Amino acid sequence: MSRPSFARRLFSFLSTMDLAITLLLTLAIASIIGTVLQQNQPYPDYLLKFGPFWFDVFESLGLYDVYSAAWFLLILVLLVVSTSVCVFRNAPTMVREIWQLRTQVQAKSLRAMQHHEQWTQSSDVETLTAQAQAYFTQQGFRNKVVARPEAGETLISAMKGGMNRMGYLLTHLAIIVICLGALLDSNVPMKLAKWQGNLQVETRDLSISKVPQESRLAVGNHAFRGSISIPEGKSASVAFIGLEDGYVMQELPFKIAVKDFRIAHYATGQPKSFESDLVITDPELESPLEQTISVNHPLSYRGYTIYQASFADGGSLLTLKPWALSQEIGPFDTAFNTKVFDKQATAWGSNAAQLEITNFRVFNINPDPTDDEPGNMRNFGPTINFKIRSKTGEAREYENYMLPVPRDGRDYFFSGVRENPNETFRYLYLPMDDNGSVAEWVAFVGALQDTELVDMIAAEMATITLSDVTTEKDILQKNLHNSLAALVELFLRGGFSEVGRFIEASLPEADREALGAAYLAMLREMLGRVYIHTLDQPAIQTITDLNDEQVFFLQDAVTAVGALPLYGAPVYLELTDYTHIQATGLQIAHMPGKPIVYLGCAMLIIGVFLLFYLPQRRFWLILKPEQNGCNLLFAGMSNRNPYEFDSFFDQTYQQLKQAVEGNFDPEKRSESMT
Amino acid sequence: MRENTFTLQQGSSPLAVIWVWRGLMLAAAILLLTLYGTVLDGYEITIVVLAAVGLAFLGQNWRGFRWHALITAVLSLWAVKRYGSDLKLADTDFLLNYLLSSQSAIMWMSALFLMAMLAYFTGLFMRSEFSDKVGTGLTWTAVTMGMIGLMVRWRESYLISPDVGHIPVSNLYEVFILFAVITALLYLFYERRYQTRALGGFVLLVISMAVIFQLWYTFGRGANEIQPLVPALQSYWMKIHVPANFVGYGAFSLAAMIGVAYLLKTWQTSANPQGVLATRLPLLPVMDDLMYKAIALGFAFFTLATILGALWAAEAWGGYWSWDPKETWALIVWLNYAAWLHMRMTKGWHGRPMAWWAIIGLFVTLFAFLGVNMFLSGLHSYGTL
Repeated sequence: MSRPSFARRLFSFLSTMDLAITLLLTLAIASIIGTVLQQNQPYPDYLLKFGPFWFDVFESLGLYDVYSAAWFLLILVLLVVSTSVCVFRNAPTMVREIWQLRTQVQAKSLRAMQHHEQWTQSSDVETLTAQAQAYFTQQGFRNKVVARPEAGETLISAMKGGMNRMGYLLTHLAIIVICLGALLDSNVPMKLAKWQGNLQVETRDLSISKVPQESRLAVGNHAFRGSISIPEGKSASVAFIGLEDGYVMQELPFKIAVKDFRIAHYATGQPKSFESDLVITDPELESPLEQTISVNHPLSYRGYTIYQASFADGGSLLTLKPWALSQEIGPFDTAFNTKVFDKQATAWGSNAAQLEITNFRVFNINPDPTDDEPGNMRNFGPTINFKIRSKTGEAREYENYMLPVPRDGRDYFFSGVRENPNETFRYLYLPMDDNGSVAEWVAFVGALQDTELVDMIAAEMATITLSDVTTEKDILQKNLHNSLAALVELFLRGGFSEVGRFIEASLPEADREALGAAYLAMLREMLGRVYIHTLDQPAIQTITDLNDEQVFFLQDAVTAVGALPLYGAPVYLELTDYTHIQATGLQIAHMPGKPIVYLGCAMLIIGVFLLFYLPQRRFWLILKPEQNGCNLLFAGMSNRNPYEFDSFFDQTYQQLKQAVEGNFDPEKRSESMT
Repeated sequence: MRENTFTLQQGSSPLAVIWVWRGLMLAAAILLLTLYGTVLDGYEITIVVLAAVGLAFLGQNWRGFRWHALITAVLSLWAVKRYGSDLKLADTDFLLNYLLSSQSAIMWMSALFLMAMLAYFTGLFMRSEFSDKVGTGLTWTAVTMGMIGLMVRWRESYLISPDVGHIPVSNLYEVFILFAVITALLYLFYERRYQTRALGGFVLLVISMAVIFQLWYTFGRGANEIQPLVPALQSYWMKIHVPANFVGYGAFSLAAMIGVAYLLKTWQTSANPQGVLATRLPLLPVMDDLMYKAIALGFAFFTLATILGALWAAEAWGGYWSWDPKETWALIVWLNYAAWLHMRMTKGWHGRPMAWWAIIGLFVTLFAFLGVNMFLSGLHSYGTL
């Protein structure tokens, strides 16, 4: 006997249940990868996370887009092939099982069944057969009477629930149909085009017109999911599709213009709706199509679906007033106009070569930390985000609030700073002055940086402090004068912590406690005197002349100055005016495989319920004439729910018995049922 | 002749009762549509009709469910009437404050579920049928209070503000209550069907864990507060996607707890055949069948829910499938139980390995339900801890 051919062995291997179950579980485990590792992130992020070696390994394994990696698709293809072979092998039997009644059974095999009953009736076979068949028909069983003259008996074969087998066919075909439909909608064709060299992934940030031809996809019937951000009043007829570490650009057969983008809020401040008013212009349309879309309510047009996906600033117009925080560059008196996403050269000293406006928000609805109930939301008003980039390319990011924020009864302007996007902002609290401005605080900073002024105030303070001293008065005054000026300088360089370090480093340990406290007290006195000088009010000569308001202001001003070295910007940018222009983020999808997938889904649902909840039940009745009538052998089986079938069999048996006796009343419920 | 001596309770109700019940559901649907037909849209009318059909079907041969539905309806409507249009009555009106405001009802549910678990376990270990029956009674009461809690919460959300109003299946807190109620209902169905109360404690164990989590979530995180819906959740799909999912989760949990009971019984049968577990738990083949039934039910509904989710995603996220972590984990759960069912139906595996697998399945399900929200980021970020 020859060995079966390779093809035959492959065929039988592919149809084994072991393979199918292995594939199901392999697919499940492989799917986990993409949920643990965030997919389709910018490649530099991965590089940062894994280092150059593992970055390359993971990239070659396709882990950054695992669900379209070749090996993952191979598992899917194998699953589909295995399912197809299985369906191919079993379909003929299953289809037969749906309709065919088994008429070959022998009395012996019926007696061997778990569910069977045997009894005798006095009537003749013909009458009993007719009554039994009528009963089965009336109960909705497909049935067939077969005379077996050779055995001297008559067989009735009856069946219900043949569609259970249809459940098998539908569920398994559904998997194939869904996978095929999904393949049509996947980015596999795009990857193939790239692999063949017909498509180039673009990684540079280019304007639409500059995107090269080889990174463009012409209008066609292929599937894609792209996105585009369109500012209010502007339009576009392309979408960008993220692919690997860049994008390709899909051309659309129509133009999408954005008239307006709106965000509505609940009374609590949470966003309630995002809406865009779109106008579609298309040569095929007689007049432009106007429609408002929102989340969950996309626009479908010519097989393309346009979704409200996100929103961003669309290049809002801003007026900024710079306040110099450094003696070298200030002061300024003019505000300037700019736009979100603009980059401009600046003349704010060597460490601030370029200003880049990165974002603008009209609303900042955040939990209010001063509220008694944490989680109560409050609108903190407009903010701008910007970066100040030095000549060497390093940048710090800032976030400035336009409106003052009250804290413990006083008002502050917040300005946040961070050195990289993973950090949270650390905020500088700039105290608001009586005119609702930062002017007084900036003047205080300026005065502290004015060495001549500080020197003068230090001399004055040294004279007053040592007025009672008699011996070596000049030298002591001179020393104190210098120390006071130096303390202010230290404070400007690094806040109280710098002063603390100085005390630590220069004073002997024994005197540190007493002298250190004295130094700090003197520094505070100095700072207060500088502040008083900026007030320019003759009535106020010493700190004790300050009113509460001014004392608090001084405290806050000093705290803010102390934090300035960490702030690192030579200016404070005040947002004085804005014109808000938003951009709506649209997602545009074309999915020609969708109807196929939905067909598959419908098949799957119908199939699953048929499979589980429509048991196939078969009954056989063999009638054999005897001396005084007829012997009846009744048996049944079910392919599901053995325990339910116990009582179902009993019930059917009782009813059948009544039926052949001519006593069965279908309207009356059998006693056996309750 | 037959191998087992076990019989199922078919539990058919008298025809008259069935018709009265069906008539009641029909009357309720007609009343609702007459009163509010003008403000309901096509989708909502469909839901009303399907709900009436579904309730008529569930209740026709299930006496407990009929009472549950009736009492829930009466008490919920009573609470709605007490509220009028003043949400503040929740703290001042005696009945609302102590019984029927959603928060009180849910607290009652929590306490009753914990008591039910104790009663069932007492019944099992002390061999007390009375305590078993108390367990059933407490579980029914808990389910009813939970359902009232959800119904009243639905109304309360509209009392906050009409634009805030929504069905309470929108966040982790709400679905935990849904989970407890659905799992308990599924258990009660099988309890009556298989005439065994011995499994009650095991199933209530998983429900109690959900209840304890929910209590922590309430008192530790203030999660019970009604929040308005984010735009992504403002969709009619939510109303069917989420409950269908929880029938799946509930059934899988039920299967896993039967798996635990199964393993305990096999273990005790060999160690001490006269032990409580060996003698009082249902026959092994019965539990095996029950486990299969629960997984089949869960699988059917989980399939439905995942497909409903895909239809929703096609409307909200720009595609029916995005390999979002939650979607992917739903697929993993689905594949796991698909493999389980193939093992069982075509390879004929049963017994201990399948019980172990059902228990492992619960952990996979638990991760899909909770772990994804806790550890992974993605589009389904509605329930954070």
